[in-house]
Amino acid sequence: MINKIVTPQEAVAGVEDGMTIMIGGFLGTGSPEILMDALVEKGVKHLTVIGNDGGLAEGQPAGEFAAKTSRGIGKLLDHHMVDHIIASHIGVNPRLNEQFADGSLKYTLVPQGTLAEKVRAAAYGLGGVLTPVGLGTPMETELDELGRKKEVIEIDGKKWLFERPIYADYSFIRASLADKFGNYMCCKATRNFNLLMAGASKHTVIATEKLVEIGEVDPDIWQVAGVLVDSIVEGEKRWQI
Amino acid sequence: MADLKERIAKRCAKEFSDGDFINLGIGLPTMVADYIGEDIMVTCHSENGFAGIDALADKTNLNVDIINSGGQYVTALPRAKFFDTAESFGLVRGGHVKATVLGAMEVAENGDLANWIVPGKKVAGMGGAMDLCAGCPEVIIAMLHTQKGQHKIKPKCTLPLTAEKCVTKIITEMAVMEITPEGIKVDELHPDYTKEQLQEATGVKLIWAEDLKPYQED
Repeated sequence: MINKIVTPQEAVAGVEDGMTIMIGGFLGTGSPEILMDALVEKGVKHLTVIGNDGGLAEGQPAGEFAAKTSRGIGKLLDHHMVDHIIASHIGVNPRLNEQFADGSLKYTLVPQGTLAEKVRAAAYGLGGVLTPVGLGTPMETELDELGRKKEVIEIDGKKWLFERPIYADYSFIRASLADKFGNYMCCKATRNFNLLMAGASKHTVIATEKLVEIGEVDPDIWQVAGVLVDSIVEGEKRWQI
Repeated sequence: MADLKERIAKRCAKEFSDGDFINLGIGLPTMVADYIGEDIMVTCHSENGFAGIDALADKTNLNVDIINSGGQYVTALPRAKFFDTAESFGLVRGGHVKATVLGAMEVAENGDLANWIVPGKKVAGMGGAMDLCAGCPEVIIAMLHTQKGQHKIKPKCTLPLTAEKCVTKIITEMAVMEITPEGIKVDELHPDYTKEQLQEATGVKLIWAEDLKPYQED
């Protein structure tokens, strides 16, 4: 019988220098921290990272709920593991602009909803999406994440920007609850990219807060199909403030 | 300055009616929520993952799984719906989020908006701003009328655009204006200013509404 349960170290064992990985989370909320820790421990370099943003640095956000450690992609940035970030927002974690300035990191910006659709298109077999977002802006004229020109397509007199799917070697996802087959759900605002990235990569890995036996809970609860999940890691912590 | 921003936020709040689904940007636009009447049901979209933002969280009601799009811990209303990023922006592009309130660096006479990047300065990214401006039927700009005396309402934007021809209304401390095919029309003028002062603070020739009204305050 297939066994998808692995340790964090086993889950990232196949990640090699120069690979492209996509990571769930929004400013740290819903990021798979134990997988980030395992990547740091493994010490891979020259990654291309796809995510909404650059996570958080230690001490962010300012105020009484500041994090004691970096979060999400922020951990990879702390260790200079990323060469290229593809994201919608790169202004929060100060490591980003520091590394743009010293030339060690480059970025490609994608509007948030467009990034979601590019990921979804990759997971669900579409050749791309037509969107009105970005027409007349630098999104129309700048090259995409792989240096390709974008096309404006006119259909029935209306213009659309054609955005291609975005694929990766690994998807790293945080789940709140999963079963041992890989069916999972994400609570509240941790859904963000975590429901979209499964199946968009060659390998899909989830780190879950709680793990139950197959059949232990009503299948109605699952938001993403376990058939998309290759590896399951248990032990994601509820975020501590 | 704080008073002027409060005036703008209060005036923006009058734009909404019972049942509206809206998105408020970071900064001044966030203040608008404080002035929406309690007799109407307005639902605010948090593009990171739900409809139905309530107040900022405190130690007594904190749920670490709920943040707003600025990364602050918040609470959700009983009628909240949580969703992933694709559904969130499907609601936006589909025109189901009726209005977004945002700040601006520049607004052009034709409704072009620039509010996300200044070339050569620290880069932050557009986040969801391009989606919101391209998708929401109403894009309401809430801002101080000028920036250190410089015009922000101009014949054309000089900065890279967030979206083309998207702005429907501009609400400043001086006036309430709408974008029309003929140009920018002033619907309300604050009694602290004359028509001449407003025109001088604006980089395009203003059109005056036939029934020009005083700025609605309280």
